[in-house]
Amino acid sequence: MKGTNLGEFEELVLLTVAALLEEAYSVAVCDELSEHTGRSVKLGVVHAVLNRLEEKGFVKSELGEATKTRGGKRKRFYQLTSAGRSALVQAKAMRDQLWDKIPSLTWNKA
Amino acid sequence: MEEQHHPPAWAEQFVEWYCKPELVEDLTGDLNEFFERNLKTIGPRRAKLIYVIDAIKFFRPYTVRKPEFANLFINWIMIGSYFKTSGRGLMRNKLFSSINIAGLAISMSVGLLLISFLLDLRSYDRFNKNGERIYRITNDATIKGEQNGKFGTTSIKTGRLIDEKVTGVEEVAIMREGFSQDAQVGDHFLPLKGFWAESPVFKIFTFPMLEGNPETALREPYSVVLTETAAKKLFGDGAAVGKAVKFDSIDYQVTGIMKDIPFFSHIHFEALVSLSTAEQLNKADQDFQKWTNMWSNYVYVLLPQNVEISSIESQLRSIANEENKTDANTKIQLELLPLYNIVVGENLNRSMGSAGPHLPPVVLWILGGLALVVILSACFNYTNLSIARGTRRFKEVGLRKAIGAGNSQIKWQFLTEAFIISFAALFLSFFLFLFLRPQLINLAPELQRLVKLDLTPAMVIAFLVFSVAVGVIAGFMPAVFFSKTSAITALRNVSSVKVFKHITLRRALAVVQYTFTLIFITTTAIGYAQYKNILAFDLGFNTENVLNIDMQGNKPDAFLRELSEIPEVTATSRSMIVTSVGNAWGGNVKYKDSQDSALVLTNQVDENYLSLHGYKLLAGGNFVTHPATPDGVHEMIVNQQFLKRFNIGAGDPEKAIGEEISFSNFTVSRQKMKIVGVMQDFHYGKVDNVVGPVAFVPWTQADRAIINAKIQSKDVPATLAKIQSVWKKLDRTHPFQAEFYDKAIEDAYSEYSAMIKIIGFLSVIAISIASMGLFGMVVFTTETRLKEIGIRKVMGATSGNLIYLLSRGFLLLLSISALIALPVTYLFFEKYILTSFPYHTPVQIIETIAGLLVVLMIAFLMIGSQTMKAAGSNPVEVLRGE
Repeated sequence: MKGTNLGEFEELVLLTVAALLEEAYSVAVCDELSEHTGRSVKLGVVHAVLNRLEEKGFVKSELGEATKTRGGKRKRFYQLTSAGRSALVQAKAMRDQLWDKIPSLTWNKA
Repeated sequence: MEEQHHPPAWAEQFVEWYCKPELVEDLTGDLNEFFERNLKTIGPRRAKLIYVIDAIKFFRPYTVRKPEFANLFINWIMIGSYFKTSGRGLMRNKLFSSINIAGLAISMSVGLLLISFLLDLRSYDRFNKNGERIYRITNDATIKGEQNGKFGTTSIKTGRLIDEKVTGVEEVAIMREGFSQDAQVGDHFLPLKGFWAESPVFKIFTFPMLEGNPETALREPYSVVLTETAAKKLFGDGAAVGKAVKFDSIDYQVTGIMKDIPFFSHIHFEALVSLSTAEQLNKADQDFQKWTNMWSNYVYVLLPQNVEISSIESQLRSIANEENKTDANTKIQLELLPLYNIVVGENLNRSMGSAGPHLPPVVLWILGGLALVVILSACFNYTNLSIARGTRRFKEVGLRKAIGAGNSQIKWQFLTEAFIISFAALFLSFFLFLFLRPQLINLAPELQRLVKLDLTPAMVIAFLVFSVAVGVIAGFMPAVFFSKTSAITALRNVSSVKVFKHITLRRALAVVQYTFTLIFITTTAIGYAQYKNILAFDLGFNTENVLNIDMQGNKPDAFLRELSEIPEVTATSRSMIVTSVGNAWGGNVKYKDSQDSALVLTNQVDENYLSLHGYKLLAGGNFVTHPATPDGVHEMIVNQQFLKRFNIGAGDPEKAIGEEISFSNFTVSRQKMKIVGVMQDFHYGKVDNVVGPVAFVPWTQADRAIINAKIQSKDVPATLAKIQSVWKKLDRTHPFQAEFYDKAIEDAYSEYSAMIKIIGFLSVIAISIASMGLFGMVVFTTETRLKEIGIRKVMGATSGNLIYLLSRGFLLLLSISALIALPVTYLFFEKYILTSFPYHTPVQIIETIAGLLVVLMIAFLMIGSQTMKAAGSNPVEVLRGE
């Protein structure tokens, strides 16, 4: 397995998957991301990233029920794994540490 | 309504094809969801487009399925096996294979010629980097309420107006044609042809300058830009830019040297002279800048990228409407013609001179259709013979299926066989192509100027694709036919198999094949007979042994004196043009009624012309006066149609003598002319023109001259050489230009002779292919019926009976074809082609039947030889094995 560190976009996708709970499938992730980042996110990119995250073991996936929409094709729902959860926590912790290092004083001056 | 839109099926299949099976459902589902969403927001068309784009974009390393090597490996082994077994099959049936390969090769050589021809035409003007944005202005002129058709030319004013008024045009270039003069450098003369033009020419077309500044080279009057070759001819290897060249006693300065024009350009020239020169020279001519002076200027425009053509067109319309107010008689509409549609496109009057390369698409369609017929005919042979032979291969197919071959594998087996044949045929046909290429190009001088047919990489690829296509067409039916049969039926008793269901189809194919063959050959025969009739046509005067020598601007008198010294030249005369080969000159004539004027075709001839050519005078006599200038011309010899048109003399030529008419043309206006003679009607135009009013007027020293020399010589080339040496003494610049009248007439109809040669060639090919096919069928039927024949013989049938029995079927097919083909061809000529030749001789029965006789004879030979062989076989030999 290749490196387990998270890229910026990967982190965003992973967060979205976590936030969407049971409804996390590619199109929903894509929509959610577009809404929150304010830029149009391409489905192909999301798809590729989800695939990569699964390869890294941060998410797992299974096919849902068939519906009338989507031409009768089933959705693939993603779920955070514990490795994914810890990767997110780790990333957040790292950021928090760095934030704490910035003295509020210098921040205000600038 | 929305329910009806589905994503493009092929894009979906594409995804399913490349995508890993575990990802495919989820991926296509996503695409579908987006598609449905887009359907609502941006409509079905864009939704489909986005679907396709996304489907392609999903083609990424992680989605693409790994090739399944095991399968590939098996396929690979099978391909090897296909080749091996196909090769064996072909070797075993040498006769069928060679019939197929030879037939396909011959027909494919026609296809190769056509492909190279089309590719050459397609490559016209593609050397221009901005080619797609270049347009030429077409003039659609209506003069005096009469639709004159579309012209490739327009007025200088059009060019100027577009430059000033039309927004959204990047460059405008005016090219005025007709610059044709002798360039003089020192004592050295060289005739040059070219255009008057301005600097945008270099911006619009990709004509690279080697020396000089393209921006300024064509600015000043009397500047000239030469092509590399012209410059080399004039100045040798020395520098040319800045030097002076004399045209017609005026010094021009060479301001630039440009690369030679590529062969595949519809514009050709050796020199460009600044347009300002033409403006200077024509200062006195008030018409020069007029809107209606639209006969010799070409206007090209370069449009920016992404411009709306319709906006340019509407601006052109408004310019035209504005200008049309200035002239009551002439209404002109302007249109844009894309550069790439000039060579292959609509017929225009004066499209880039008369010599410019041009082919109407119809001709291409006809040629393509004929080639297709020939190729399909060869494919029919293959299909026909393969299926007919099928009875013998059913066991093989059954066995293959029994040990597990799928339908597709059987299909591939048979297609591979067809491919092998078609590639072998391609190989052969390529040599045929190399052999036929010069023959085709040399058919007509027009073709030499039009195409080169050189091999290019694109051509090679097209050839390969073509041969694959032929393989598919030829092999498709047998492949489907054999793959459909189930193993059980195939392995069961062969005779019960449904091969014979296809017999009607095979017969129909043979009838179609022979019908086309007969049409071809009959067309050739009739066309050739008509062509010979045209050449031998009695024009109303004598053209035998008359040599027409173009004086090319020289005064003829000195040359005439020299000619009279040559004993083989028995008589000479002077005329302005050579008639009956498509040239025309004319003027307007009025008789008593001043309202009634009509165009009369004329030739300026001297007093010896009539007797030299043997024109028959019905009344009056020859010219008496020898005027020096056109103003002094007051005599006229007219034909019978002339009298009829103006109703002079009430049917009696004698009474017309002495009548006065008024005549106007380019040089004279309302000149009073007296009719001094009446001659019998003759064919002034080509044979496809109706004889109209014609008049001869005295030739003057001011007119262009052609010397007509009657030659009586046993050694014509030696006499010609003598005349040529006389010419060289008088004119060192221009090469001697002379042609026998009969040869000129032949040349005038060269398009017909080229057409007949092409169709004749095709018919030879069609006959050989059809005959080969027939031969194959005959061999096959007689072989399969050998036992039947043996039994019949035992029962007491005579050879004659057997020959009748075996050939009956084929003769029936042939007669059906003849019944279709002959009337069709006959009517085609009588109702369609020959109606444009008012003086044609009717189609003779002998020409119509000649083709049929030839085909029948060949068919008899083949059927006869095989059936005789079969009928002569010893029944004991044949039946022994049973």
